[in-house]
Amino acid sequence: MLKKENRIFKNLYNEFGWDIENSLKRDDWKDTKDLINKGREWIINEVKTSELRGRGGAGFSTGLKWSFAPKEVGSRPHYLVINADESEPGTCKDRDILRFEPQKLIEGCLIAGYTVNAHVCYIYIRGEYLNEGKRLQEAIDQAYAKNFLGKNACDSGWDFDIHIHYGAGAYICGEETALLESIEGNKGQPRLKPPFPALVGLYGCPTIVNNVETVAVVPTILRRGGKWFASIGRPKNTGTKIFCISGNVNAPCNVEEEMGIPLKDLIEKHAGGVVGGWENLQAVIPGGSSMPLLPKKVCDTLTMDFDSLIENKSGLGTAGIVVINKDHDIVECMARIARFYKHESCGQCTPCREGSGWMWRILDRVVKRKATFSDIELLSDVTKQIEGHTICAFGEGSAWPVQGLLRHFRTEVESRCREEPLIKKKLNNPYLVDQHLLENKNA
Amino acid sequence: MSVKKIHDDQPKEFKFSEENLKKVEQILKKYPEKNKKSAVMPLLYLAQRQNDNWIPLAAMKYIAKHLAMPYISVYEVATFYTMYNLAPVGKHFIQVCTTTPCLLRGADKIVKLCKENISPNENEISKKGNCSWMEVECLGACVSAPMVQINDDYYEDLDEKSTKEILISLINDKPLKPGSYRGRKNTSPEKVPISNGEKHA
Repeated sequence: MLKKENRIFKNLYNEFGWDIENSLKRDDWKDTKDLINKGREWIINEVKTSELRGRGGAGFSTGLKWSFAPKEVGSRPHYLVINADESEPGTCKDRDILRFEPQKLIEGCLIAGYTVNAHVCYIYIRGEYLNEGKRLQEAIDQAYAKNFLGKNACDSGWDFDIHIHYGAGAYICGEETALLESIEGNKGQPRLKPPFPALVGLYGCPTIVNNVETVAVVPTILRRGGKWFASIGRPKNTGTKIFCISGNVNAPCNVEEEMGIPLKDLIEKHAGGVVGGWENLQAVIPGGSSMPLLPKKVCDTLTMDFDSLIENKSGLGTAGIVVINKDHDIVECMARIARFYKHESCGQCTPCREGSGWMWRILDRVVKRKATFSDIELLSDVTKQIEGHTICAFGEGSAWPVQGLLRHFRTEVESRCREEPLIKKKLNNPYLVDQHLLENKNA
Repeated sequence: MSVKKIHDDQPKEFKFSEENLKKVEQILKKYPEKNKKSAVMPLLYLAQRQNDNWIPLAAMKYIAKHLAMPYISVYEVATFYTMYNLAPVGKHFIQVCTTTPCLLRGADKIVKLCKENISPNENEISKKGNCSWMEVECLGACVSAPMVQINDDYYEDLDEKSTKEILISLINDKPLKPGSYRGRKNTSPEKVPISNGEKHA
């Protein structure tokens, strides 16, 4: 359990007020000038010592990412972009940071901007978070009024400006290169990597893209030392993390905890336990909808950090925990996730655009008990055809949950299938757009 | 992305109001001079707000001219992103989140209530009052599920009773306040067990 003095986000529920005066009382902007004056090397080393890993899903080392930015500014300016396009089902942590701890984010932006030589920062907020964006703008204005931003920001000798850019309801824009495309005024379709954004990013300039939570914890790390952060959690999976616990629990909530906390503790101590008791637990999606689900057997002993979840063939992702109890049809839940991915595919790569629709239609047939056993093989094959064959990680994100379902709940899926060939007479399935699927030999 | 229908009855002309033109200038200052194109998304939002929450084709042409970019690029952006409405929506526009975390807590019941109280189909303006509703994907308030977004505001921690009250208040054009309908403080854990609803929380 995380000790109270080690909590970074003390105002996660807005108990103490979000505005700058109250933030200052919580030690935001304390000695920021001194931190910056210690230099880029020191900041990057301190972040590397803390072993902070990106909080947006991939878990890449933040210190390392910052060190990829060119050391000297060439003919092109550098940019810092903050990813606040939080759209992963099960995740709502960044929203609370934007609403209630905006100064932590803004201070982090200044430090990160200085470290990667950027004078301009864009914060990309999902369009639905209009009120959160307005709140952040107010906080930015307050910071400008105190000279924490603008020319010679915080008396550090560094000029720094922050602009907000709203998205408009596209999940894919959470992918860093799609996000950059979106800021440039295009459709949010991911770019091929390499070149990585650190060298060729926004407007073709070197750009560092970080998640809100990653940047917001940096000032506290620098103030209290990388070693302090590294002492929480376990090696390579250090520090604190905001977990979002939703679904069938008695008290769904956001809570900051240390990495590596047992899942059972998290659910029982913070979220009031599973509805109907722990025995009524069916499965847990541990890291936002794109991570494979885990059955109760695994959840009994699971600890929540990047590496232990990878060992269990899942991932920490954004740490959005969705709890599913036995009152619900697991296949229906996953079919709904497949529908989400079908809806949100950007349509650039064929395997993802077509495959996500296939997966949804097959799972929908399973839910309606109209599928055959060969459909399961087909489904498994489709997930393999998508995985690794797309420009961005969205392909994996849509295929993994289905693979997880087949891995852990295959008997459940099979019990809904029947031996008969799917369609002898043409059923009236309005959603079945691909008519060639009706001929079994083509399918 | 989803299929979007362009409205049949299009106005011939569109122009930003004086006030919005000032806002446009402010928006353009955010981006480098040679990258005016970046302003297309905020400008589409402005157009949507000015034109009763939907974007006519004339507005896309106007914005294209304003930013010196091809009309088709603006059209592309407007049709790619789901939050740009290309056909009229109700004055009270209800977006029901139905993705898995909300589904687990009974979002299907909210959809049913919308069908009963607003209109049988999505994106249909109600007979009584000026409302329309649609199902959307995750709105990013999963720990406050089930929830709906009405215009700009989030209504959280709903159940059948509170949803019905909200919908009726919209039909009567006296919207209730946004926020949690279980009286909890933001996303903090509740100490009392949740008792409303039967099977779902």
